[in-house]
Parts: sequence; structure tokens; C-alpha cells
Amino acid sequence: MKKRVWAALLAGAIVCASALAGGCAKETESGETLTVFNYGEYLDPEAIEMFTEETGIKILYEEAVTPEDLYTKYKSGAIEYDLLCTSDYMLEKLIQEGELQEIDTSSFEHIGNVGERYFEFSKSFDPENKYTLPYFWGTVGILYNKDKVKGEIDSWDVLFNGDYAGEVIMQNSMRDSYLVALKYLGYSLNTTAPGELKEAQDLLLAQKPDVQAYLVDEVREEMVAENAAVAVIYSGEAYLAHDYNEKLEYAVPKEGSNLWIDAWGVTKYCDNMDAAQKFLDFLCREDVAQMNYEYIYYSTVNDAVVENMSAEEKENGALIPPEEVLADCEVLKQLDQETTDLMNEYWKELKAD
Amino acid sequence: MVEKIKDFVSRFYLALVIVFLYAPIAVLVVLSFNDSRSRVVWGGFTLRWYQVLFSNHQIMDALCTTIGLALLSAGIATLIGVLAALGIQAMRQRGYQVMMTFTNIPMLNADIVTGIALMLWFVRFMPLGFASVLLAHITFNIPYVILSVMPKIKQMNLSVYEAARDLGAGAVYAFFKVLLPQLMSGIVSGFFMAFTMSMDDFVITYFTKGAGVNTLSTMIYGELKKGVKPEMYALSTLIFATVFALLLAVNFLPKRKGKNPAGGPAAR
Amino acid sequence: MNEGKTMKKRPWLATPYAVWVAGFTMIPLLVIFQYALTSREGAFTLANVMAIFEPVHLKALLFSLEIAVGCTIICILLSYPLVMAMRRLNMGRQGFTLFILILPMWMNFILRILAWQLILSNNGILNFILQKAGLLPLSLANTGTAIMIGVIYDYLPYMVLPIFNAVAEIDEDLVEAARDLGANSLTVFCKVILPLSVPGLLSGIVMVFVPSMTSFVIADVLGGGKLQLIGNVIEQEFTKSANWNMGSGLSVSLMLFVLISMAFTTKNETEGKSSSIW
Repeated sequence: MKKRVWAALLAGAIVCASALAGGCAKETESGETLTVFNYGEYLDPEAIEMFTEETGIKILYEEAVTPEDLYTKYKSGAIEYDLLCTSDYMLEKLIQEGELQEIDTSSFEHIGNVGERYFEFSKSFDPENKYTLPYFWGTVGILYNKDKVKGEIDSWDVLFNGDYAGEVIMQNSMRDSYLVALKYLGYSLNTTAPGELKEAQDLLLAQKPDVQAYLVDEVREEMVAENAAVAVIYSGEAYLAHDYNEKLEYAVPKEGSNLWIDAWGVTKYCDNMDAAQKFLDFLCREDVAQMNYEYIYYSTVNDAVVENMSAEEKENGALIPPEEVLADCEVLKQLDQETTDLMNEYWKELKAD
Repeated sequence: MVEKIKDFVSRFYLALVIVFLYAPIAVLVVLSFNDSRSRVVWGGFTLRWYQVLFSNHQIMDALCTTIGLALLSAGIATLIGVLAALGIQAMRQRGYQVMMTFTNIPMLNADIVTGIALMLWFVRFMPLGFASVLLAHITFNIPYVILSVMPKIKQMNLSVYEAARDLGAGAVYAFFKVLLPQLMSGIVSGFFMAFTMSMDDFVITYFTKGAGVNTLSTMIYGELKKGVKPEMYALSTLIFATVFALLLAVNFLPKRKGKNPAGGPAAR
Repeated sequence: MNEGKTMKKRPWLATPYAVWVAGFTMIPLLVIFQYALTSREGAFTLANVMAIFEPVHLKALLFSLEIAVGCTIICILLSYPLVMAMRRLNMGRQGFTLFILILPMWMNFILRILAWQLILSNNGILNFILQKAGLLPLSLANTGTAIMIGVIYDYLPYMVLPIFNAVAEIDEDLVEAARDLGANSLTVFCKVILPLSVPGLLSGIVMVFVPSMTSFVIADVLGGGKLQLIGNVIEQEFTKSANWNMGSGLSVSLMLFVLISMAFTTKNETEGKSSSIW
């Protein structure tokens, strides 16, 4: 008797599950889909829903943590993505390898909202602006806790001179950590000279005991919790950090830093260029860009949104990097295979130490 | 007197372990009521995350997928597993050893190796999606079912079965009426174990899922870097509370007649 | 004695399973071997499997072993008193205490590890309590100790349950007989309970050792990116360096450890002494 109840329950559960799973996992009844690959928390989910409502095109959305993750997953061919959003040097690599299709941004309805200068910046990885659409940008700098630091914070020196031993947080990303060291040593962050890289590596190895942790976006939470005094951070995160904890300030060191741009590209796998361009155009729309801006709070490329910002926001150096700061900033470029392999080895060594 | 001390020490130690096990859970429950997006800043008490939770489509989707995946994979794994256990039991020494070795492999292999192996294999002939994750989950669930059922099979009392057969029952009928009930506690615990492993799995799902397929685990992992959405804490608290209530009910409501040791299914 | 109708031997019932094993366990393993033994260009090479001996990887492997061994031993040390306490308080029979132990597993494990990070961080809950009590704060965040705590937390139930099941099956009469013969509690434990609990102990060790060695999420969250377990290295080879060959090579080396553990379990299985895990 009891056994029958169990059997019935089990059978019922399986039927339920199939229905659930079928309902949940079912892709499209009919209609178009776009598979989009982006960084985590980098697009307002409501915007995605809005897009599907307006156009009927379904979005399959995947997220990656770092550009390398994105590249590896993309290249594995396990999933055929239509649209990618990633960083400057990674886009350069993808373009060089012929992975992206050309897009005609000038034909977008709302392209006027995107400032000209971002296309200028993009030329470092997309020389003729044929493949990419800028999305968000910013700088890399130091986030520091006013109460925990002495003196002026205007140099990468504070991360290396031992003043804040145990209270330093570095980025858990290969290029970002090396650019800090290289800039501090006065070299270009795109150098391929083995000697210069070795110097950077030695500097980072010497620094490791003083480093509290290597984090990506968790940096913000840790600084807000006041677990450290100084950290390397992206400008966008810095703004949010200050919002949560007023003691946190952002500074771009005088030795110069990195100007980063994240942009969208359409992959060679996409056979629905129309839909893809619709999606990109959609992102340029003022209300959508506003939604994304408020979701992420990074520096937006959408001038219409910038117009609408409050005076306080416009003055914030993290949100709107001033010109003089940008003068010393370089955009990351894709390095050759040999240098990349060397860096990979160094990075492994650093982490294993 | 010594006995009293021993009793006290026992209770004290038990309490300590329970505090250890539940400390993080308490933290998460508290966070679910935190009126602030940051997990390090306390912003006051609120219930809004519970409300927001149900309108967050992504999380609801992920929940759907997670439960559906767990039920399906556990169900199918149980089916295959029970048949397998019966079959293996009937084998001779060599076959038995070989099969049990294979059964142990997924359990002993690091799940990262299993996940990657399955991914590398799947990528060759099928696109990753819900199906690939489902197959992966069934694969790692079956061994748990087998290992839960096997001891019961070994303890099977065949004389009642033989008696039934002598009285004219067909083999299949006798099996269902006599043997299956004996195995039931093992089957149910195997099912629940598979279900739990599937619900909580992260690594294997991470490598074998397709675009747009998200389970709660992968979603949380993706949110770790930028900050886990508070709705997640609310959801986890709800799931926890539900299971707690269910288990309380199963344990303390009708006491079953018959010798079903509570160490079996009731323990879950 | 077995005249009349007895249970016919039906090994073929295991066929669906055999097919499944072949398709989803064996072949993927072969695929990994294939990647492990070839270089990026496709040529045969042993470099990837031997790579485990490079200093960088060796460090990670040794650290992983440290964690795994430490975790297993501490879990054992924590489990036995717990099981004895449960036995003494007669709680196991009702299943209540057992389910209290299993219940935490229902809260997503990543969230639980995240909660530990909050508890252990420098300005975290633990230090908050310590400071209120007038004690010195502990600097546990992002250390090996934090990872150890996380791993023990995650895998303790897997050690307790099999041991408990094994001990629960011990006939009370044996214990009484021992006492009647004059044994005190310690002797009873060492001579009667401990030996009879060995199948459960072995199950527990197997279920704790390998996972604790290869977990990478725990090291990620609690180690602050400073400490690498072999699991992290493998994961990075696959997701960041796109070096599937190296990743597979390291995985193959890792599987050798699996084989050693297997020697234990199958020995137990064939002697029919296996205790149910659950």
C-alpha cells in the first residue's frame, strides 16, 4: 500500500519534472534567437526583456568573468555565440583571427547617441571601426580608504613600497596586474621586451607577501567592508564603492594607467545579421542606455545619457575621467603569442608562490 | 555522576557541531533581510527581497531548471541504477568486480575532471544545452543510487519470495510484491541522494551547460564577482525553510507501523 | 536446498547501465587521455602528463594534498566523538539528529562558503565577536587555514554519515557482552566499536579525500586568489589559458590518486562489508 503511494509519487514527480524542464528549457517555439555572450552583470535583464517584447527575438544570454574566460569558451566552439561583448585587446585578437563580421554602425538609428571620441579610442583595436560598437569605458586606478592612508595617493608606489603591507588588494587578472607594475616602472603596458616583463614579474613577486588578496569585482565589497587600505580597481566599480562607503576615493596615478573600452562585436557564426544589428542599435537608444547605466554605473559611451547626469555625477572623476588623466593612459593591445605565453607562465608562477 | 558528566559533554559537543554547521546558514538568513545590496553593510530590516524574488525572471528560470534537472536526473538515474544493482548482484565475481569498479569511477574522480571530460566528449557531437547537462547529471547520479541499493539487495530475504513463487506467483509479480518493498528504503534514499547531489552540483554543470541554461549554482557563481543579488539569499532561505518543514513533517508525523528503521528514508 | 523456484540470475538487467557507463564514463575518459597525450599541434607527447612535476604544479599539488589529508584527518577526529555522542544520547534511532546534520547541505554550497568568507574576513563576524569579548582578532581571511575550515565544513557530513551508519549497525549485544566482561568505555570503543566501524570509515575517507583535494571554488572564494590548489590550476588551463592538453595532462596525473583510492573500496566491496553511505 505504502509502496504504491511512493511509486505514484515518484511517477508523478517525473512527469512534473519533464513538464517543468520542457517548459523551462524549451528554446523557441518559432521565431529568431540571438545568443549573446557578455561579462557578468553587464546588461540590465529588463532591457533584454524589453528587446524581446518589442522585436519578438529571443535572447540566450551567457556570462563570463574575464576576457580570457570569454575567449576560451568562445573558441571551444561548444556554443555558437552570435554577439560578444568584451574588452579592447581581446577584440583585437578576435578581429585578427577573423572571428568577427563587419557591422555597419553608421546605419544604426540611434548611433548619434554614441560619442565620436569613443570610436577614436576604439581605433586602437578596430582601426577602421568596422567591427565593433563601443559600450562602456573607463580607467584603472587606485581605490583608497581616506581614513587608512597617509598623504597624497597619486602614484602606483603606494602599492609597492610596503607602507600598506597586508592592506593591498590587486586585480586577479593577468593583464591588469602586469600593467600596474609596468606603468610603475615607466614602461609601456603593451611592451614585449622580455627584460621589462621580467622586471615587472620580480616586482610583483616581491609584492606578493604584502598583498591581501587578488580579486576581480569583489574588490569593491572588500573595500566597502574596510578590509584593506588600497586596491587596484576599475573606475566604474570605484564610483559604486564610494556610494556605499564615503571614505573611499579614487585616483589615477601620475605614472599613467590604462584606458579600457568594452565593445560589442558580431561573430562569424551569426547568420541573422539583421537581428544582431537591431540588438546593437537597441543598446544605443537613450532609454536603454540609461537603464544599463543605472544598472552598472560605469562610464557610458552614450552622450545622451551623460547629458542627463546630475552635476555631482558629472564632476566625479571615476565616472567621467578628465582629459588630463587620459593623456597618460594607454589602451591595452593584444600581444604576440610568445609574449602571451611568457606572461601566462609568469602569472602561474606568481599565483603559485 | 560520571554518567551525568558524559551526558553533558555529549550534548555540549553536539551543540558545538551544530553551531559550526549552522553558522553560515544563519548569516545567509540574516542577509536575506538586509536592506542593502552590499553584503558587508547592514542597511536595516526588510522583506523586499522576498517580493522582488518572484518577479525576477532569471532567478525563477534558474530555479525551474535546477529542480527540473534534479527530479529528472534523479528519477532516471534511480531507474537505471536499481536495474543495474539487481543485475550486478546476479553476476559472477569477475563481472561484479568490474562493474563495481566502473561504478566507483565517477564518484572518486574529481568532479572537475568528470565535468571537463564530459564537455570534451559532448562538444564533438552535440551542442551544449539542457540535454547535455541532464546526461551529465544522470551519469554522476547513478553510482549513488547503486551504492544505496546494493546493501539492501544483499540483505534481501529470499525465502518469502520463494514462498510466493511456490504459491504460484509469476516472477515479476513476486518481485514487485515481495522484494521491491524490501528494497524500497534503499531506493528512496538513493533517489534523495541523487536529487541532493544534483541540486547542489556546480562544477559539472558549469562545464556541460549550454547558453541560456542556468542552474542556481551557476547563477550564484556568476554573481560572486560582482556581488550576489540579495534575492538569492531570500530564495535560499525559502528553499531551506521548505526542506526543513518537509523533513520535520516526515519525521514527526505519522509513526509508521512496521520495522522501517528511521535511519532510512525518514532521516531525510 | 534450492529446489523449487528461486530468484533467477538476471545479469542482463544491468545492460542499460553498462551502455551508459561505456558511453558517458569510459569514452569521456578516453577523450581526456587523448588530449593529455597529444600536444597542441596533435603530435604525441608525454609532456602534459609529466607537467605535474613542474615546480609550479608540484606546489599546487602538494598544497592540495596537505589540505586533503588535513581535512580528512580532522573530519575523522570530529566525527567519532560526534557519532559516540549521538549514540549515547540515543538520538540516531529517531533520525532527527541525522537530518539536522544533512539539512545544511540543502543550502547552496557556494552561498555557504560565501557566508564563511563573511565570517572569517578581517572585519567579519568572527572578529567582531572576538573583539566584543575583549580578545584579539584573528587574521584568517585569504589563508590556508580559511580554506581548510571551508573544506572541513563542506565535507564533514560525508564523513559523519557513513561512520554513523556503520556504528548504528553494531549489535548492542556485543557492547553489552564486552561490558559484562569488564571492559570500560575506552576499551569498548577501541576494541569493539572502532574496528566494526571501519567499513564506514573507509567510505567516509573516500568521499572526503578526493573532493577536498580537487575543490577549486572553496580555494577561489576563501583563498583570495593567493593560494592555488591543483583544481584551480586545472580549471585555469581550461578556462583561461585555453590549453586543454595541459589541463588534461594534469587531470590524468590526478586520476592516479583516484586509482589508489579505488584499491581500497573495491577490496571492501568484494568482501561484502560495504556499509551504505547514507
